[in-house]
Amino acid sequence: MRSLAAIGILTLATALLPLFISSGVVLGFITMVLYATLLGQAWNILGGFGGQFSFGHAVFFGTGAYAMAVLQLRFGLNAWVALPCAIVLGGLTGTLLGALSFRYGLRGSYFALVTLAFAEVFRILANTFDFTGAGVGLQLPLQEGTAKLQFTSEAGYLYLALSLAMISLLVAWWLKHSRYGAWLAAVRDNEDSAAALGVNAFRVKLVAITISGALMASGGAFYVQKFHYIDPHLAYGADISVQALLSAIVGGMGTIFGPLLGAVVLHGLGEITRNSLSDAPGVSLIIYGSLLVLIIMFMPRGIAGLFEGKR
Amino acid sequence: MLEARDLAISFGGLRAVAGVSLTVPAGQITALIGPNGAGKSTLFGLVSGFLKPDAGSVTFEGRALAGMKPHTVCRLGMTRTFQIVQPFAQQTVRENIAVGAHLHLPQRRAALAAAEAVAQRVGLASQLDKPAQSLTVAGRKRLELARALATQPKLILLDEVLAGLNPQEVGEMIPVLRAIRDSGVTVFMIEHVMQAVMNLAEYVWVLAQGELIAEGLPTEVTNDARVIEAYLGHGTAARLRAQEAAHG
Repeated sequence: MRSLAAIGILTLATALLPLFISSGVVLGFITMVLYATLLGQAWNILGGFGGQFSFGHAVFFGTGAYAMAVLQLRFGLNAWVALPCAIVLGGLTGTLLGALSFRYGLRGSYFALVTLAFAEVFRILANTFDFTGAGVGLQLPLQEGTAKLQFTSEAGYLYLALSLAMISLLVAWWLKHSRYGAWLAAVRDNEDSAAALGVNAFRVKLVAITISGALMASGGAFYVQKFHYIDPHLAYGADISVQALLSAIVGGMGTIFGPLLGAVVLHGLGEITRNSLSDAPGVSLIIYGSLLVLIIMFMPRGIAGLFEGKR
Repeated sequence: MLEARDLAISFGGLRAVAGVSLTVPAGQITALIGPNGAGKSTLFGLVSGFLKPDAGSVTFEGRALAGMKPHTVCRLGMTRTFQIVQPFAQQTVRENIAVGAHLHLPQRRAALAAAEAVAQRVGLASQLDKPAQSLTVAGRKRLELARALATQPKLILLDEVLAGLNPQEVGEMIPVLRAIRDSGVTVFMIEHVMQAVMNLAEYVWVLAQGELIAEGLPTEVTNDARVIEAYLGHGTAARLRAQEAAHG
């Protein structure tokens, strides 16, 4: 219950921020942290809570992003209708990918490779067909207005990102406090033992990848609404997959607030190194990478692990 | 209660279990013994759905289990433990046991409460909040037992839950196992610790090289010449008899 209260307070506090802060830069930063939290939590649900390490979460992100763009551009759907469709499509992609790989008992690095392969296949497909704008990508026309899920102020996007991120946090909370979550953790820790205790490991993993895919797709949909543009590399490139798993791993896998902590630290770090070393663009990435290595070496349980250790 | 008929499985050229038939009676503690590599754990794997037999059938309470997955078998009321203990290491003892309890209890709170009650039964109550990986071998064996019990089975297959325990720990476990039987759960155990088998089992099967070589009351099978030979080597039974005659 304490973590549920924390989620509530956090939501309320963030929701009140635009009343006190008018700086678009600061609000934009918070929006991107929330967006990174969403992606990290999506990965965390399958990777952290379920122990199935995906290296191709872009496959869900891209599907959500393209669904959002295509449904609006090609089918004339309102963005508010397209959003749930994109989320459902992302979930279905998860179900399909999960059914194929878990059916054949793929685990560990084999599962990671299959997800990576799927993301690549989708990238090439998106790059090929006119339907998805091929290599040029798809541009969403600027139609600002809440009715079109496009906002004139940064605060609008902040609220959208906040809602999605909070849903992902609530899903994580539910995993910590439900039978399904207990089953997922059991499957993560020992599949044979779980099966002997009556847990249908296949179905449990399938549900996890479906939820994970749906959340990741909502991130893709958000991206399209925020930046009005998507292309195959942005949607299905490895960048997004890495971004998603990094905030979860750095923050703490299998924890409710890990992805949030990871998103804050990584984005904060990114801002600082970018600003302080603006005259040498490559150096910031080197520092960023080195810090990551250090974090993973010395805090294998992530930032959230530090708090747990103290208890 | 559990009936295996002509069960057989081969791994490569090795016939691990070769045509085994046995019927486990309800309400008793029965044991499967035999030398290392006899195929005992493989037989457990076959009846619990972890392995698919090449031939033969398994019936549980009159239902054929052919092609059923372990989790379905567990739902029907038969569960197993593992010889090499397989705890959910990162989770606490309470959480470990709750996974089993969730089979029939959807509510988290109810499952956690049930876990506590089960821990009491196997003597783990004082360790409920410890992570499973911090338990001693004896503790982990108890945890295996507790998780399986939490699924409220009718039949429980115990794969060497006493192995690796010192004599005192074995002595502590015997009344626990007896209490499980007395609560109405049928116990079918693989066991090497003869002290426990003699003490607990009401009926014993002996498996050697994939085949049943003897069955009966514990005192009968331990005096069976084929059983002694299977454990101690060819000709041992005759030698022991000769020795006894010489000393007598």
